[in-house]
Amino acid sequence: MLPDKRGHFGVFGGRFVPETLSYALDELEKVYARAKKDKKFQQELAYYLHEYAGRPTSLYFAKNLSQYLGFKVYLKREDLLHTGAHKINNTLGQGLLARQMKKPRVIAETGAGQHGVATATVAALFGLKCDVYMGEEDIQRQALNVYRMKLLGARVIPVSSGARTLKDAMTEALRDWVTNVRHTHYVIGTVAGPHPYPAMVRDFQSIIGKEARRQILAKEKKLPDYLVACVGGGSNAMGLFYPFFNDKKVKFIGVEAAGLGLRTGKHAATLVCNKIGVLHGAKSNLLEDRFGQVQLTHSISAGLDYPGVGPEHAYYQKIGRAKYFAVTDQEALEAFKLLSQSEGVIPALESAHAIAYLAKMRGKVSKKSLVIVCVSGRGDKDMGIVTENLKL
Amino acid sequence: MNRIEKKFQQLKKNKRKAFIAYITAGYPNISVTERLIKEFDRLGVDILELGVPFSDPMADGPVIQDASKAALDKGINLEKIFNLVKRSRASCNIPICLMTYYNPVFCYGEAKFCQKSKSSGVDGVIIPDLPPEEAAGFRKSAAQNNLDTIFLLSPTSSPARIKMISAASKGFIYYVSLTGVTGARKTLPPDICRQVKAIKRYTGKPVCVGFGVSQGLQVKEINRFADGVIVGSAIVKKIKENINQPDLIRKVGSFVAGLKG
Repeated sequence: MLPDKRGHFGVFGGRFVPETLSYALDELEKVYARAKKDKKFQQELAYYLHEYAGRPTSLYFAKNLSQYLGFKVYLKREDLLHTGAHKINNTLGQGLLARQMKKPRVIAETGAGQHGVATATVAALFGLKCDVYMGEEDIQRQALNVYRMKLLGARVIPVSSGARTLKDAMTEALRDWVTNVRHTHYVIGTVAGPHPYPAMVRDFQSIIGKEARRQILAKEKKLPDYLVACVGGGSNAMGLFYPFFNDKKVKFIGVEAAGLGLRTGKHAATLVCNKIGVLHGAKSNLLEDRFGQVQLTHSISAGLDYPGVGPEHAYYQKIGRAKYFAVTDQEALEAFKLLSQSEGVIPALESAHAIAYLAKMRGKVSKKSLVIVCVSGRGDKDMGIVTENLKL
Repeated sequence: MNRIEKKFQQLKKNKRKAFIAYITAGYPNISVTERLIKEFDRLGVDILELGVPFSDPMADGPVIQDASKAALDKGINLEKIFNLVKRSRASCNIPICLMTYYNPVFCYGEAKFCQKSKSSGVDGVIIPDLPPEEAAGFRKSAAQNNLDTIFLLSPTSSPARIKMISAASKGFIYYVSLTGVTGARKTLPPDICRQVKAIKRYTGKPVCVGFGVSQGLQVKEINRFADGVIVGSAIVKKIKENINQPDLIRKVGSFVAGLKG
């Protein structure tokens, strides 16, 4: 069972944090380990996932898209969840844990704003104070979500360092946590960060894959050939992949952001570039220069615009369990349109990257292939940026 | 015996406490850093902590963040810092610790980093985001190169961690005075004395206190119970205030002399 006791997935993972945070991570690890076995906690989480967030989400057979692509595609509809993306699966879990630890305040980092909204939502639900760190660049391009967070009672704190995107928001959130650790829980939004976050967030998100596995077996009486999901930090992908880990014939494909193109240097394809580094508390793949300075990234999708990635993905890549590819901004935009017009489903720009990869599989995989793609979120938040970039 | 160990023996003999000054390497440029090292040596600063700039310094406040960014923008890197230390060694014998985040070390290669540190004249390394649990390889390489690995303790460290980290630390133990990032504070937490004494119950190694310290009076107060004090952001801020001034070195020097008392 991975990770090991200290949070390692092979050579990846671990806990690379200032000493001040060690006690909070120890506490979280303990409380989470208890909650994992606690029937009452699990029942309460299941209750909120079902009654409040709207689980299970459907596994929808995308007939028109399948016809176009020439193989069978099912959409795992995380876009139908309350708040509009898979992020709520994790924030409900961590919100309940914050309550158990009697921490009255939560903080979060956010890129696209989906995790910020999901954290602010849970904070409102459970009566917690909430501060969300968000890069100034992202505040611009995801203005709608900024307003939503404020409406939910959260404070959105602009971050002006670095590229003013997700990485910088996370660095700033960690600084806040180091300062206010005694009464604050840091709700990390992806399968990254120091142990126990990667494993804990994976567990909370693995509801995606558990449902999908059950649903596909009910509908098709067999397992899928491919699972496809976008990867920024990698939480929706890990949530989908993990419950299929032992189904060796099911291939995992993670899709990163190639931005303006891998050769331009303006991208966020961390796994594709495959260099090891340590950022935000874990050893994983990292976009960095020769001297270990973290590089600026670019993606049209704020949620994928991150130079790191969850350590378990780095591990999956290393052992060959999953393969990772990247698609450009342009390809993602085309896929955005493709799914909207073929199925009447407007995906988030993040999820559009996964759809774009399906378009690349066209003609290259057998017609009998069965594919599940995760539509991790809906595209309402992206209307501003898409209007500017996609001519209709 | 390396320079740090020698220094603390000497201090103990003279019943003095260590004054440790931090500056960001390459801020505002390498030549100023080089001159500051000489000036600090001349002023009798006991240990120099040389900051290796990192793009994402998660334990640092705005002053050191900005200095790090400015230095990186000017092209500072580990190679240049090793050369800087080597040049400084020609004229001064002040113990030098590198303060760096883990990724630059990891990326450079732990073994190569330690060898290069030794050959350049570095005496110790402080890595705030590398706890002993993740440092097995690094500690081995450091020990092979007679390089002290200085680990940090904080107000939230449990007795078990105090024990473990004190045992792992070499040279001295860095006690982080507060829960937070680096940067000057007008008042420091009232429990520093109690915490330092708690650490001293587990170890005979020197315990030095850093984070937040910015005034001579604070230095004096902490020296009543600790073995030394580390001042960083306040000095870097002084550098910033005098940037481009012809008498920067003198101004920063007199500020440091005042802190030291």
